[in-house]
Amino acid sequence: MPVFPEIFGWRFLFESAETNWLDMRQYWFHLAILGGLAACLATEGKLRMGVAAPMPNPPGATVKGTVKFKGTVPKPSRIDMSADAKCVQARPGGGLTEEIVADGGGLQNVIVYVSQGLGDAKFDPPKEPAVIDQKGCMYQPHVVTLRANQELKVVNSDNTTHNIHPIPNNNRELNQSQPPGVPFSMTFAREEIAIPVNCNIHPWMHSYIAVFKHPYFAVTGKAGGFEIPNLPPGTYTITAWHEKLGSSFQKITVGESETKTLEFVFKAQPGF
Amino acid sequence: MRTVRVVGVVVLLWGAALSLAQESKIGNLTGHAKSGKALYRRYCITCHGSHGDGVGENAPYLDPKPRDFTRATFKCRSTPSGSLPTDSDLFDAISRGIFNSAMPPWRPLTREERADLVAYIKTFSPRFQEEKPAAPLQIPPEPPSSSESVQRGAELFQNMNCWSCHGKEGRGNGPSAHNLTDSKGNPIVPFDLTSGMHLKCGDSSQGIFRDLMTGLDGTPMPSFSDAMTPDQAWDLVHFIEWLQSANRGKGFWAKLASKGD
Repeated sequence: MPVFPEIFGWRFLFESAETNWLDMRQYWFHLAILGGLAACLATEGKLRMGVAAPMPNPPGATVKGTVKFKGTVPKPSRIDMSADAKCVQARPGGGLTEEIVADGGGLQNVIVYVSQGLGDAKFDPPKEPAVIDQKGCMYQPHVVTLRANQELKVVNSDNTTHNIHPIPNNNRELNQSQPPGVPFSMTFAREEIAIPVNCNIHPWMHSYIAVFKHPYFAVTGKAGGFEIPNLPPGTYTITAWHEKLGSSFQKITVGESETKTLEFVFKAQPGF
Repeated sequence: MRTVRVVGVVVLLWGAALSLAQESKIGNLTGHAKSGKALYRRYCITCHGSHGDGVGENAPYLDPKPRDFTRATFKCRSTPSGSLPTDSDLFDAISRGIFNSAMPPWRPLTREERADLVAYIKTFSPRFQEEKPAAPLQIPPEPPSSSESVQRGAELFQNMNCWSCHGKEGRGNGPSAHNLTDSKGNPIVPFDLTSGMHLKCGDSSQGIFRDLMTGLDGTPMPSFSDAMTPDQAWDLVHFIEWLQSANRGKGFWAKLASKGD
């Protein structure tokens, strides 16, 4: 009789004369199943580890630069908010349209992001929420960026009721009424650049929500400047997107802790 | 080994999801997409199109436009804004038709046939395989209408900015009414609550309550589920019903009829 390794005390059962109900074939069968399971777990563990460390974090590269506007900057028009007296109260004289904001040649509200080159790397969304505020019957900020499945906190700082109505193509559409002081949150499951947002009650209110599956994006500020830090070394396509002027892209290769500068130029188009 | 196992699980899940998506359940009625397809090609295709994208042969001549099933966004639902509709919601829409549109009630079809159509319509969007509809809205019993309730409803109509689109008197002529579009960019008009016309998703008090709390997805009409308590929603329902009854016999058709006399 061969010596069997002990599994859950089965050898004892097998070898004792009284327990003949467990025959030899069944013993080997169970052993094979346990072996198979162990092999599966081992390979899975290995693969998991492979996924867990997709790219080394530090030292990351930085892509920065400016987005410029070429041509005559169209004059923003003044918004007539007289339809809702509470909006006039909150923003006397009305606000200015925010479609093309370009002071001193730098184009504001452009989303600059990595559109290709990250492969299938997965990133967990941050726990703290992104925020969009409805203040003085306008959206603040005008362009919101967040990550897929990250919470978007919708704040109403006004004394009037708004409705927040994102109209996505690749996410689910929802339309929620929001009276003063009632908090509300939403999430978007899939990457989409960018989802138009309207308030149907106040038709001049427009905003855009850009949803990313990775953390490598920026929105240009006052001078049209942007900076995407901590980028792992590699070759990427960097895209700049503007709500009215469309998008353009450039390819770039960055090494460890390298800083590269890019410049995007959007030209004035007829009709703006 | 792992690949084989993963592929096996994926195939099983996919098969299960696919077979579920090919069916609809309305009460104890089960609809099958296969039978629904034949019915769809006979009755629905001319408006909703062969791909279910709402661009059938007749679509250019219709307003409002036929529903685009590939977006899986539906007006008349019992589920929260952003959620898929339940099978019963789709069944009810087919049975009731959509008032003020080219969509007729399909009661001439048997209940089984309508259930089959629901199953087929769900195959146009992958969302029906990937997601489940959220829990339907619970509609509490309606408190009796009273002048106080109507008064409170009138205040809510003001505070919730309903008037921005529906107008101060509910005539659908508010300051924001003129440039509204649906989510596909087609012009859309807010409902004239004094018109005496049928509401899109049904005229019952419960129906109006549901429309307020779930919103009409794909249109500018939002959900008020976070904005109002159920009691407030009932007050608003009573005000809307008051608007309808107070203007009965004063609408366009009534005027036209009296001119003819």
